Amino acid sequence: MSYFEASARTRIRGLVDAGTFEEFCPPEMRQTSPHLARLNAPLSFDDGVAVGRARLSGHAILIAAQEGRFNGGSVGEVHGAKIRGLLDRALAERPSAVLLLIDSGGVRLHEANAGLIAISEIMRALLSVQAAGIPVFALVGGSCGAFGGMGIVTRLCNEVIMSEQGRLSLSGPEVIETVKGVEEFDSRDRALVWRVTGGKLRRAQGDATRLVEDSIPAFRNAAAELMERYRVHSLPEKSLTDLLADQERLACRNMQFSNARDGQEVWDATLSDSTHVPELSSEEFNQRLLER
Amino acid sequence: MKQHDHLASNRLARLKRAAGISSNRLVATEHAVQLLGAVIEPGDRVCIEGNNQKQADFLARCIAKTDPSRVTGLHLVQSVLALPEHIDLIERGQVERIDFSFSGPQASRLALLVENKKIAIGAIHTYLELFARYFVDLTPRVALIAAQAADREGNLYTGPNTEDTPAIVEATAFKGGIVIAQVNEIVDRLPRVDIPADWVNFYIKAPTPHYIEPLFTRDPALITEIQVLMGMIAIKGLYAEYGITRLNHGIGFDTAAIELLLPTYAADLGLKGKICTHWALNPHPTLIPAIESGFVKSVHCFGSEVGMERYTSARPDIFFVGADGSMRSNRAFSQAAGHYACDLFIGSTLQIDSHGNSSTATLDRIAGFGGAPNMGADARGRRHASPAWLRAGREAQLGAGIPRGKKLVVQIVETFREHMQPTFVEHLDAWELAKTADMELPPVMIYGDDLTHIITEEGIANLLLCRTQEEREQAIRGVAGYTPFGMSRDARMVENLRDRGIIRRAEDLGIRKRDATRDLLAARNIKDLVRISGGLYDPPAQFRNW
Amino acid sequence: MEKFTLTLKSVPAKSRRTTLCGVVSSGNLEVLVEPIGMEDACEIEVSTSAHGFRDIWEAVLNDFAKEHESGGLRLSINDAGATPAVVSLRLSQAFEIASGDAP
Repeated sequence: MSYFEASARTRIRGLVDAGTFEEFCPPEMRQTSPHLARLNAPLSFDDGVAVGRARLSGHAILIAAQEGRFNGGSVGEVHGAKIRGLLDRALAERPSAVLLLIDSGGVRLHEANAGLIAISEIMRALLSVQAAGIPVFALVGGSCGAFGGMGIVTRLCNEVIMSEQGRLSLSGPEVIETVKGVEEFDSRDRALVWRVTGGKLRRAQGDATRLVEDSIPAFRNAAAELMERYRVHSLPEKSLTDLLADQERLACRNMQFSNARDGQEVWDATLSDSTHVPELSSEEFNQRLLER
Repeated sequence: MKQHDHLASNRLARLKRAAGISSNRLVATEHAVQLLGAVIEPGDRVCIEGNNQKQADFLARCIAKTDPSRVTGLHLVQSVLALPEHIDLIERGQVERIDFSFSGPQASRLALLVENKKIAIGAIHTYLELFARYFVDLTPRVALIAAQAADREGNLYTGPNTEDTPAIVEATAFKGGIVIAQVNEIVDRLPRVDIPADWVNFYIKAPTPHYIEPLFTRDPALITEIQVLMGMIAIKGLYAEYGITRLNHGIGFDTAAIELLLPTYAADLGLKGKICTHWALNPHPTLIPAIESGFVKSVHCFGSEVGMERYTSARPDIFFVGADGSMRSNRAFSQAAGHYACDLFIGSTLQIDSHGNSSTATLDRIAGFGGAPNMGADARGRRHASPAWLRAGREAQLGAGIPRGKKLVVQIVETFREHMQPTFVEHLDAWELAKTADMELPPVMIYGDDLTHIITEEGIANLLLCRTQEEREQAIRGVAGYTPFGMSRDARMVENLRDRGIIRRAEDLGIRKRDATRDLLAARNIKDLVRISGGLYDPPAQFRNW
Repeated sequence: MEKFTLTLKSVPAKSRRTTLCGVVSSGNLEVLVEPIGMEDACEIEVSTSAHGFRDIWEAVLNDFAKEHESGGLRLSINDAGATPAVVSLRLSQAFEIASGDAP
């Protein structure tokens, strides 16, 4: 079953052990957005995100799934509070992992200030969860990708599992085109957009730690395997030296590719065989990464 | 002595005026405007090639730069007015009259010009009808055409997107006219000759390749469950019922859904080899799964489709492919094929009235017809039988003591379009448009008396079985759902029509609505189509998300 | 948003599971099905972004209540301009899930 096409709830159902999902703040509580209501805009009973506890391969996890089709998965006050609350809860429940199924353009413009605050709260809560030794995984494979504040949240996670269809960046393609012009970035050239923000480039650059096919079982397997790894080797604390090394690596990357216009240039520079990269299956692509 | 070669001598005079800028038919790109100024005479009938696919866009830009005091009083006779330059030419006052088939993206600008009496419309035609008139009373004096390549003699390769070119060139070149071709490239040796050099007077290398609109690509990701449901109804309630083997599909997501249900739903019903084997159809990417699963035996194309070139080349058993290995399309022949050799046409529309007349015209747009009316009309000149055709004739009780057949002409529509616009209406907008644009006929795409079936999410109405105008009207209202038109039905009469099998709901056909999911589609996105084609389909960038 | 609530006669539902079906996106809707303390009627609460179509909603919902054993259920709908075809389909799906016919 396609992860890209599935709704947030279908993704959860397909990812976790059958029948184990227990939702917090379920739709019947009608925790809807007061801001959208004031603007007389359509509401959703879950404000576009489902959060709860479940089991993955028998182990306790907490999980949040954003619904990309409701207002672009955007983070409003309630939406953000649900994710932040889930992360806070992780400190008390100490699950084996927290899974964030991110499918979002970032802050909800209708409630920009509240949304911005919510995202910063999510970031802080996420860091606390990691500091407590609990790994957080981002899964990115929906139609909205992970942009804006949720792009940053994604990169804070210990692991980022992506499909090629998933996208990860800060400013969305339309935003870049609007601000810098179509010569800078043609947001309607979808192939270019995906070569620049899609899962394959993110995996090649190390922003994503796993590239999987667009299927819910593929995401599930990757998450289960990573969770098992963290259960065996508990989360190492990053030392200052590690952080400086990361910084150094990013600075090098920035230098090397500051003039690159297209993902293809990155593949040309990083893969021994960079032909037909968009056509490769994730398995073939991962193989080429190993060969570099 | 009476002179019999006015046209030929006039052509010679035109060629002489251009002699200085042409060498062995080749004209330099920068002299294109000058060439047009030299050969076009005031009052000329001019055809700027273009249809809903390829466009002689460079020559269109050039003619819109000619001197309006000399290139004037033109009569445009061409398939479409789709480029801004076509309308610019009119706004510059260089055109007096237009005869065309389709105006697509320029529909609103055109409506305004007509309203302000800046232009007279001769008539809006179907493609085939306009081509026919090229050989009777609308023969172009000058044709500006588009080809893929020319060799140094001026032979042309038009390749997969041959489309209208042969019809235009044949009419122009053999009636003393001037043919000017823009080409994407000039090569020493063409893959094959589609248009011989002695039918071509000038060729020019265009600065950019001619534009082709990928008009027939439908992303399976955008097909809805309702469209899947209607596709199931069409396959089970119509294709299987009549044994439709030869057909044409219109453009749209409704018919794309049918194409994608063939290898899954239709195959499960045991219909492989029994339906949908022979087509008059552009190479729709959504037909790939049906071709790969062996459902389809033959497809003749009006034009090509961007990205399908390698695929069609690699499937010469299915498509019409030259010795060089590339496909050749031909709009005129495929229109004739769709009209005479197909048992069924199915397409979508914007409005249907109580008589079953359907129209895509709306008040502020003059869009025109393209080819649909030729497909969506009974071919009364047809004299060969087929089971589907004969059954339709029997159901309609045609013929006075003689067996007669009838083409199945089907509209497949949702009862509401987007923004809750009802598809079924008491009064077509086409009437108002005819009034404001001073047209003699309301622009109706499919006439009610040609329409045999309507499919909506509410089921099928079989109009062949209706015996009175009242029954017909109630049958249409009976599938019009919750539109005001549908809600004003006579519920008792509709139930009676349902009992007689004139209206058949999904459940009457044994179709469960909950089974209508996107999981039934043989491909759910463009990438699936690429995979199923074995990597031969190369979709345009705007359709990719990889 | 236009909002209204209808209470419609219906045969008592056999099973009454709380369920959410569909997504609020353009041309689509979500419907929340919950048990309520009634037997031979269902309550349908509509919140829609498309104004002026109440008569069409009533026709669609009346047919739904007639064709489905939905007595004792409350259906709450958040609509972003779905057509009647989509509304009917989504309600049927939600009903099937709520009554345990489908996963």
